[in-house]
Amino acid sequence: MTTSTVTAPPPADAPGKAAAPGPARARLRRGLVRWGFVAPAVVFMLLFFGYPLVRNVVMSFQHYTPKTFFTGEAPFNGADNWSSVFQDALFGKALWHTLVFTAGSLLGQFCIGLALAVFFNRRFPLGGVLRSLILLPWLVPMVVSGIVWRRILDQDTGVLNTFLDTLGLGGHTPWLTSPDMALLSVILVNVWIGIPFNMVILYGGLQEIPKELYEAASLDGASAWRAFRSVTLPLLKPVITVVLVLGFMSTVKILDLILALTDGGPADATQTLGTLTYQNSFVELDFGAGAVVGNVLILISAVFAVFYLRANRTEGK
Amino acid sequence: MYTVLNSSTDETYHRWDAEAMARCGKRLGVTVEQQSVPASQVMTKALRMASSKSLPDVVQFDASEMPVFAEAGGLVDLRTLGLSTDHVPDGIVDFGSYRGTYYGAARSVNTLALFYNKDVLAEAGVRTPATWDELRRAARELTRGKRYGLALSAGGAEDGVFQFTPFMWSNGGDERELDSPQVVEALDFWKALLKDGSLSRSTVNWTQADVNDQFMAGNAAMMINGPWQVETLNSDPSLNWGIAEIPVPEAGADSVAPLGGAVLTVPRTGDDGRRRMAGRIVACLTSEEEQLTYALNSWMVPADERAAAEWRAQVPELDALADQVATARSRTDRLGAGWPAVSLALQSAFQSALTGQSSEAALKRAQQRATSGN
Repeated sequence: MTTSTVTAPPPADAPGKAAAPGPARARLRRGLVRWGFVAPAVVFMLLFFGYPLVRNVVMSFQHYTPKTFFTGEAPFNGADNWSSVFQDALFGKALWHTLVFTAGSLLGQFCIGLALAVFFNRRFPLGGVLRSLILLPWLVPMVVSGIVWRRILDQDTGVLNTFLDTLGLGGHTPWLTSPDMALLSVILVNVWIGIPFNMVILYGGLQEIPKELYEAASLDGASAWRAFRSVTLPLLKPVITVVLVLGFMSTVKILDLILALTDGGPADATQTLGTLTYQNSFVELDFGAGAVVGNVLILISAVFAVFYLRANRTEGK
Repeated sequence: MYTVLNSSTDETYHRWDAEAMARCGKRLGVTVEQQSVPASQVMTKALRMASSKSLPDVVQFDASEMPVFAEAGGLVDLRTLGLSTDHVPDGIVDFGSYRGTYYGAARSVNTLALFYNKDVLAEAGVRTPATWDELRRAARELTRGKRYGLALSAGGAEDGVFQFTPFMWSNGGDERELDSPQVVEALDFWKALLKDGSLSRSTVNWTQADVNDQFMAGNAAMMINGPWQVETLNSDPSLNWGIAEIPVPEAGADSVAPLGGAVLTVPRTGDDGRRRMAGRIVACLTSEEEQLTYALNSWMVPADERAAAEWRAQVPELDALADQVATARSRTDRLGAGWPAVSLALQSAFQSALTGQSSEAALKRAQQRATSGN
C-alpha cells in the first residue's frame, strides 16, 4: 500500500505555468538546455576519441607511407596491411609477450599492493611516513625508472648482481641480456612501478570498510584470514575491479618502459604490441601496418572494457 | 625569419649551431633560428610539418634518414640552388645523395674507430691490433678480472647495426644479402669474441654511450666508438686513450666503416625566393670556415677536402679517424629508403646469434624478414 504513495504525481503541470508560451516550446527549450549541457562532452569525445579512432581504423586499410604526408594520397589496399602483419612471425610473438607481460604485471602489482594496503590499514607509529615513501616509484617518470633499472640490472656492473654476488648467490644472472630472462626482468620492474598505485587505491577502499564489521566478525570468532576473505574481499570488490581495469589499460599498451630497458631486445624477446606498433610506424614509417597493430591493441582493450561494464551492471542490480 | 630544424638538443651543440647561424645570418642579412628536437623525432616531426604545410626552411636529417624524405618527394636538389660539390670527396657527395641527386650537404662526417687505453695496452705489452686475429688475441690478453678486452654495442637499435657494419663490410658482406657467407663470418667473429669472454654479455643491451661509459670506467681496454665521444673522453684527464682503424679480416684489406653524421637539406616549401635563401644559408653553414669551426668543436671530420686537411693538421691525434672516413661508405647508398627494414631485421639477427642461435640461421631469417617487406 505504501508503494502507491511513493509513485508521485507527474511534476507540476501547475496552473500558473499556463501563461508561459505553449508547452511544446517549453519542452523544446528544456531539450535544448539539456543538449547544451551534453554538447561539450560530445564534441570533446568526437574530436579527441572518435576522430582518431576512426582515422586509425581507416589508416589500417591504406597504403600510408611518408609520401602520403606530401601528396595527401593514401590508396586503399584492402586487407593487405592486416594480412602482412598477421603473417609476420613477430606479431604472434609480440601478442604473446603482451599477454604474459600484462598478466604477470597485474598479478604481481595487485598481490603485493593488496598485502601492503592491508598492512598499512592498521595504525602504527611511522605508518603514514612509510606509506608515503612507498609512493616514490610512482612519482619517478617511467623513462627515468627504466634507465635506472637498466643500470641496476647490468650483468657485470649492476648493483643487483653485485649484491647477489656478495651474498654468495651467484651474481651472474643475465637479467636483461638473455632472451629467456629479459621478459621476466621487465615484468619485475613493472611490478615495482605499479605497486604504489595498487596500494593507494586499495588502501582507500579499505578505509571505507566500517570497523564494526570486523568487530562483529571477531565476536563471531572469525580468524584474521577468515575476516579478510569474508569481509575485506567482498566489500573491496568494486575497488578491486577499478584497480585491475585501470592497471590493465595502462599495462597492455606498455612502450616507454620497454624502450628504456631493452629496446624490445635481446632478439625480440621483449617485443610487445606497443613496441611493434612504434617500430612499424616510427622506424619503418609503414603507418598502415602500425595502425593494424594499434587497432588490435584497441580491440583487446575494448573487449576488456565490455566485460568491465557488464560486471558493473550486474553489480548494480 | 628563417628556421632550421635540427637535433642539436645538447647544450654545446645547440650553442655552436646558434653561433654559426648567427654568423651566417649576419653575412646574408637575415635572421636564422634553430628549432631542435631529439634525433629520433626529426623525421616524424618533419613529416607532420609537411602535411600541415609548415615545413621549416632547412632540415638537418641524419644521413641514413634523408633517403626516406627524398623518396617521398620532399627535398630540393641542392645543385639547382647553386651549391657546389667541387671540394667534397665523392664518398661524401654520395652520402648526401639519393638516386644520384644531391639533396643533403654535410658539414662534417663521422665514423667508427677502435679506441684503446694506451696505459693498459702498454702495461700488458699488447700492440694495437690491425687484423681480426690480432684483435681477438689482444682482447683475450687484455681481459683481466672485471676488465673486458673489448667493448662494443650490439643493442637492439640503430647503434648496434652501425657497429656491426664495419665487420660485415670489411669482410666483403653486403646488406642486400644478409645470409651470405661473408656476413655469417662477420657475425661468427662477434660470437667468438663473446665466447672468449673478451666481450661482456651485456653487449646486447648497450648503446654506444654505454660502451663509452664502460671504457671510461676502466671496464674495457678497447672499444669501438665514434668521435662524438671524444669530448666526454677528454673530461677525464687521467685517461690516456689512442685511436686506430677498425681491424680487418686479413692484413692489407680495406677497413670499410660506416659514414655517419647529418646533412642539411632544403625541403620543398613552395616559395622560390625562400628556397634560394635557404640554399644560401646551407652554403654558408657548409663553407670551409664554418666546417672547420664545427669540426674542431665537435671532433668530427669536415666534409670539405680543404677544411679536412686543415683539421688534420690541427688535430693530429685523430688521424686514424680521417683515414677511416676516406674509405667509409654510407648505409643507404645501396638500399636507400629500404634501409630501416633491413636494419631492424639485422638487429634481431645479431642479437639472436649473440644469445645462442647459430649465425647462419639467424641471418637466414633476417634476410627473409627483410625481403618479405615485414
